Amino acid sequence: MIKGKYKHIGFAFHKTIPVMLGYLFLGMAFGLLLQNAGYSFLWAFLSSTIIYAGSMQFVLVTLLTGGVSLVHTALMTLFINGRHIFYGLSFVEKYKKMGKAYPYMVFSLTDETYSVLCGTHVPEDMDEKKVFFWISFLDQCYWVLGSTLGGLAGQYITFDSTGIDFSMTALFVVIVIEQWQEKEAHISAIIGAVCGIVFLLIFGADRFILPALLCAMMALIFMHKISAKEDGNNR
Amino acid sequence: MSTTYSLLIIAVASLCTIFLRAFPFLIFGGKKEVPHTVQYLGKALPPAIMAVLVVYCLRGVSFLKGNHGIPEIISVLVVAALHIWKKNILLSIGLGTVCYMLLVQLVF
Repeated sequence: MIKGKYKHIGFAFHKTIPVMLGYLFLGMAFGLLLQNAGYSFLWAFLSSTIIYAGSMQFVLVTLLTGGVSLVHTALMTLFINGRHIFYGLSFVEKYKKMGKAYPYMVFSLTDETYSVLCGTHVPEDMDEKKVFFWISFLDQCYWVLGSTLGGLAGQYITFDSTGIDFSMTALFVVIVIEQWQEKEAHISAIIGAVCGIVFLLIFGADRFILPALLCAMMALIFMHKISAKEDGNNR
Repeated sequence: MSTTYSLLIIAVASLCTIFLRAFPFLIFGGKKEVPHTVQYLGKALPPAIMAVLVVYCLRGVSFLKGNHGIPEIISVLVVAALHIWKKNILLSIGLGTVCYMLLVQLVF
């Protein structure tokens, strides 16, 4: 254990090692994809610094190359990152006491940082605010570093990268499988898949995603209202 | 696409993400309760979104022509099997992608 001046960052580093591996790897995949799409490592650096949202940034590559409208971009971001609204809820009280770091703490609350912060019990001889700040900050450093390295690798190491864009598909398949572990997720995932496929067939590859997302959301709300009504009737 | 427009797209994505992350602090910071439907969607919607995104990733695959999407089908199965078996995100994505790259570069 590191003592003295660096004990907070040392403790935070220790807690974030799993995220480091994940973010470096996924960040590199993102940087490579962006480089493949014709955007240098500077773009990867910029995106990871000011957006800092994994899944969204992968989709961003397709938005940049697809020439979509800004409204489309905004709606996609709101859908894909919508879950982030809920992470903040657990930290409202805590973060308000963070002083100067407060805005950054809010900005940097990703899925992974959220789960590390939730699972971290800060020892009594340490300042929880400092530990929380370093965890958040280190996580973003890994992500930015990975993205930039990926972009640089794509630029300077020449290899046949055909098919590397499959890493994005693989990422989402993995997330679906992880979510599938929870029973409640099944119906939602099935609705998403059905809406996706049906709207793909109707509207075609370039225009299906927003209607599909909207329809999935409506279907879920509808089902929820129905089951709430039935619960009410059975009582 | 022009540099300016690319920057705009990134700016919009950034602002929307910041808006979402700041939302609970701005709105629910006080004593206000989160609306029930919003709470429900927060739990129920993510799997649907991820499933749509899988379809989105595979939107360009033509199952009727060319290689019939066989590289995609094989590689998705490899990712899924690896992930169910080993539960290691990096391994599943890494090997799945390598598998796909080999298939499209060498086999199909």
